[in-house]
Amino acid sequence: MSGQSNRLPSGGLIDRTRVISFTFDGRTYSGHPGDTLASALIASGIHLVGRSFKYHRPRGIYSSGSEEPSALVTLGEGGRTEPNIPATMVEIFDGLVARSQNRWPSLSFDLMAVNSLLKPFFPAGFYYKTFMWPRSFWYRLYEPAIRRAAGLGTVAELPDPDSYEHAHAHCDVLIVGAGPAGLMAAQAAARAGARVVLADERAVAGGHLAGESIEIDGRQCADWAQDLYAELSELENVRLLPRTSVFGRYDGLTFGAIERVSDHIGADTPNLPRQRRWTIQAKQLICAAGAIERPLVFEGNDRPGVMLARAARNYLNQYGALPGRNVVVAANNDDAYLTARDFVDAGADVTVIDGRPQEIVTGSALLADGVDVRFEQCIAQARGKMHVSSVRLASVDGTGESEIGLPCDLVCVSGGWNPTIHLLSHCGGRPRWNERIASFTMGKLENDVQAVGGAAGTFDLQKSLHEGVAAGVSAAKACGAKPSRTVTAPSVDKLPSYGVQALWRALDSVSKSGAAFVDFQNDVTVADLEVAEREGFGHSEHAKRYTTLGMATDQGKLANVNAIGILSELLGTPIAETGTTTYRPLYTPAALGTLAGQRQGHEFRATRHSAMHAWHEKNGAVFTDAGLWLRPYYYPREGEDFAAAVKREVLNVRSAVGMVDVSTLGKIELKGPDAGTFLDRLYINSFSKMKVGRARYGVMLREDGMVFDDGTVTRLAEDHYFVTVTTANASPVMQHMEFCHQVHWPELDVQFCSVSEAWAAMAVAGPKARDTLERIVQGIDLSNEAFPLQSVANAKIGDAFVRVFRISFSGELAYELYTPANCGLGVWEAIMEAGAQDGISAYGTEAMTVMRTEKGHVAGPELDGRTTADDLSLGRMMSERKDYIGRWLAARSGLVGEGRIQLVGIKPVNVGDRFRMGAHLVNAPGAIGPDVSHGHVTTSVYSPACDHFIGLALLKNGRNRIGERIFVASPLHQEIVEVEVTHPVFVDERGERMRG
Amino acid sequence: MQIPCPWCGLRPLDEFAYGGDATKKRPTGKRQADTSAWVDYVYIHDNPAGRHREYWQHVGGCRSWIVITRDTTNHAISKAELAPPDSRGGRR
Repeated sequence: MSGQSNRLPSGGLIDRTRVISFTFDGRTYSGHPGDTLASALIASGIHLVGRSFKYHRPRGIYSSGSEEPSALVTLGEGGRTEPNIPATMVEIFDGLVARSQNRWPSLSFDLMAVNSLLKPFFPAGFYYKTFMWPRSFWYRLYEPAIRRAAGLGTVAELPDPDSYEHAHAHCDVLIVGAGPAGLMAAQAAARAGARVVLADERAVAGGHLAGESIEIDGRQCADWAQDLYAELSELENVRLLPRTSVFGRYDGLTFGAIERVSDHIGADTPNLPRQRRWTIQAKQLICAAGAIERPLVFEGNDRPGVMLARAARNYLNQYGALPGRNVVVAANNDDAYLTARDFVDAGADVTVIDGRPQEIVTGSALLADGVDVRFEQCIAQARGKMHVSSVRLASVDGTGESEIGLPCDLVCVSGGWNPTIHLLSHCGGRPRWNERIASFTMGKLENDVQAVGGAAGTFDLQKSLHEGVAAGVSAAKACGAKPSRTVTAPSVDKLPSYGVQALWRALDSVSKSGAAFVDFQNDVTVADLEVAEREGFGHSEHAKRYTTLGMATDQGKLANVNAIGILSELLGTPIAETGTTTYRPLYTPAALGTLAGQRQGHEFRATRHSAMHAWHEKNGAVFTDAGLWLRPYYYPREGEDFAAAVKREVLNVRSAVGMVDVSTLGKIELKGPDAGTFLDRLYINSFSKMKVGRARYGVMLREDGMVFDDGTVTRLAEDHYFVTVTTANASPVMQHMEFCHQVHWPELDVQFCSVSEAWAAMAVAGPKARDTLERIVQGIDLSNEAFPLQSVANAKIGDAFVRVFRISFSGELAYELYTPANCGLGVWEAIMEAGAQDGISAYGTEAMTVMRTEKGHVAGPELDGRTTADDLSLGRMMSERKDYIGRWLAARSGLVGEGRIQLVGIKPVNVGDRFRMGAHLVNAPGAIGPDVSHGHVTTSVYSPACDHFIGLALLKNGRNRIGERIFVASPLHQEIVEVEVTHPVFVDERGERMRG
Repeated sequence: MQIPCPWCGLRPLDEFAYGGDATKKRPTGKRQADTSAWVDYVYIHDNPAGRHREYWQHVGGCRSWIVITRDTTNHAISKAELAPPDSRGGRR
């Protein structure tokens, strides 16, 4: 195990009494509770943690937060492998396994680093310009090779064994960020009585205060923050969400967040999800998300050992980890002087390079005499191979001699601060350039949204605390709370003012802009921006797409504003005119598993089973999806394949008797004196005059005149109807009926209700269907005279109530039986037993499809939303004596006449041929193209009755073309089959069987 | 996003189904010659940037059809009411 050579003996929020061991690239290291992977590596003297995306340059730890662009690692093993995780956000635990990425064979010796030597040949747009021809090579050769060379970590190819969940929270006030302003806002809002959610992406509360050496109310600020956080945790009206990244704001103050529930504990958490996705509904938002420090842009600014200034003192103060002893602090603002002071206090040698003139600098007062501070200078170049070893200085205006070789092992940079305004602009708010802080802040916010502290561009700690209190009180008041106990902000030591002066890049003429990085994660340099500007892509939205700047997993948190500043210099336009890019969710990357939550595998969506499902399973059914339903597709017997099973099932119905589960049909009951009138207006045919005890096929149209749905309408009593609709349309038809009743015809006295789940349903079909049912159905005479086609009556099977309908989809003598769902299985089994001597067998949806096709009955493939009733030969049903939905538009000129596609049957001229659903109908075998199609095949099945394939088709002017020979073409499969156009009914054309 | 159902109060978006433009009046004409009025009702819809009236149904709740006035540029809902009858309807 390697020792913690850079760990200070005391200080910070870590527990030195316990030691945690973990591995990085196979080597074992140690740290303490409270450490992140990054802080533990720094304490162990490790800076090199990764290789860059494109040039494979060595990269170190650059920040201490979620904005980290460089220190991305792969965590875990096997199915738990997770790539591209910032080491700065990983809390270590015993047994943690981390690996570096994008290197081979090893991190310190990476062969692909040769890319770095070829860098002059890889400017922005290089791939697109170079690997253009031949075109086919792009997919086969260039792209795979480029993808291998570039990139980050690799995803696991095994299933993820962890569990995830979704949760919802509602609150009055959501506060994002538990830094100084957020904590004060939470305290003020909570004490006023508001329901508060306080979310922060880090494990430790306090925001930057966790890593500062500042006194608040006479105490160390980190302690002050911990105590306040503990106080909030005691309050019933406060929900604290640590380790929770609020990744997006959606319309109406709805927020998405991800909580890392057990990532910091390790794998041994069987009762906890790994992560939890929150949907948070708030009435008020207080954005206290802080600000992100900007890098400085100079040659070699990506070397390991170059680090953001506040991150460096964060490692020092929060973790007692010393990232360097010979320190250069380079800055354009006063905040960085706190870093210089803290490193001097820790015993380091410090030199400060300040780009500003001495007269406006206030931070230097923090430093003891004798600390070397140089004004109006900047770093032009950082040198060193695997680690920074020296910096070369230059004057900020690019004039004068540059100074060579200031030795160092840590370069702390601060180019100013960018308010974290992402959440504030997710719903369309545009950021505005703010000259005072040389960055973007939001313009006017909505009434129920406030920004405080760094997120509002307030970089004064005392002022941030006051803003937090004020925002908390006003948000609580807006939610109806009446603050009684006042909260006052504590007092803070006087700190230097911010005093930033923009410094977008080193202008020194000697250094190479091709190694001055703007976007570390996507390896975008100043030179790339120069190319973009030169080629006319200088607007920030163009440059982003031209160079890929800001498009990596960190979404340009560090890069975007610097890029806009540099582009504005290159273009010679003010920043306000250079444009900003648009912030979109997700603020931080999310694991797909977390977004999916519980909805994985079988739980991806609900599964619906009919009441007879257990029987189907027991009897070997192969199931098919019908919407959410699982329906028996066919019931293969020993040695049977699909075709053999379906053929047997069909022949059994045609020769004896079969039974099919039709419980999935949508079922609606209607009652009321106007129920018949209501149905008359919905369907093309009439039901108000239908006799009680009768059932009839019905068709309904949409307003545009196309067929919407079909089914059976039954009159059970004078004012009581029962309607079935197709499985797929059960829900849309119900919505349609409700719309028609509530909006079009509220004056109709009718009530209706979906009863789809209340009834199990089965069809018993075949010449022996009556024999079977007569044995067990009690209470009705099933003879043809007493119970002819289209009859309906109530009866009993055993103790079960059944409603018996004499209707037929198969074309055979058939009955549909509806029974309360809890009786479904019993009734089904009773019929199976009663029919045993008739040779009854169950049949699935495929046999049903074969038989309805043999009978020319239309179903889903024909009711495709583009067909009229007349197209489907149902035009005769369209009543002339009443008004109904779709009547007038069905009669418009484009939907009638010879040009329409019409339902026909087709059969192959050579009986052995088969054809596909979806294939086109053409006049000549060679005809291919958009204009030659005369229609298409909607259904294609093997017909046992005909002993060859048959199909239904929609053919232009088809009814006048019966007997013609045409061709079915599927160019994709290189198939051409000659077919004869037929009448769509192939079996029992006169319908004698179903009436028998 | 939440939608204020007049019966159920503020409810999440996923309980609702969108039902289209609510600014149109269903024609009452009953002659072939009225086809153009029907075409207008079914096909010709404004797509305003700003306030729009549209039908929604609270399918995961009371199943009421409601009319919402929504600003299409920021999804702010300024009004929600039970869907009023769109015509005087037919005979009783």
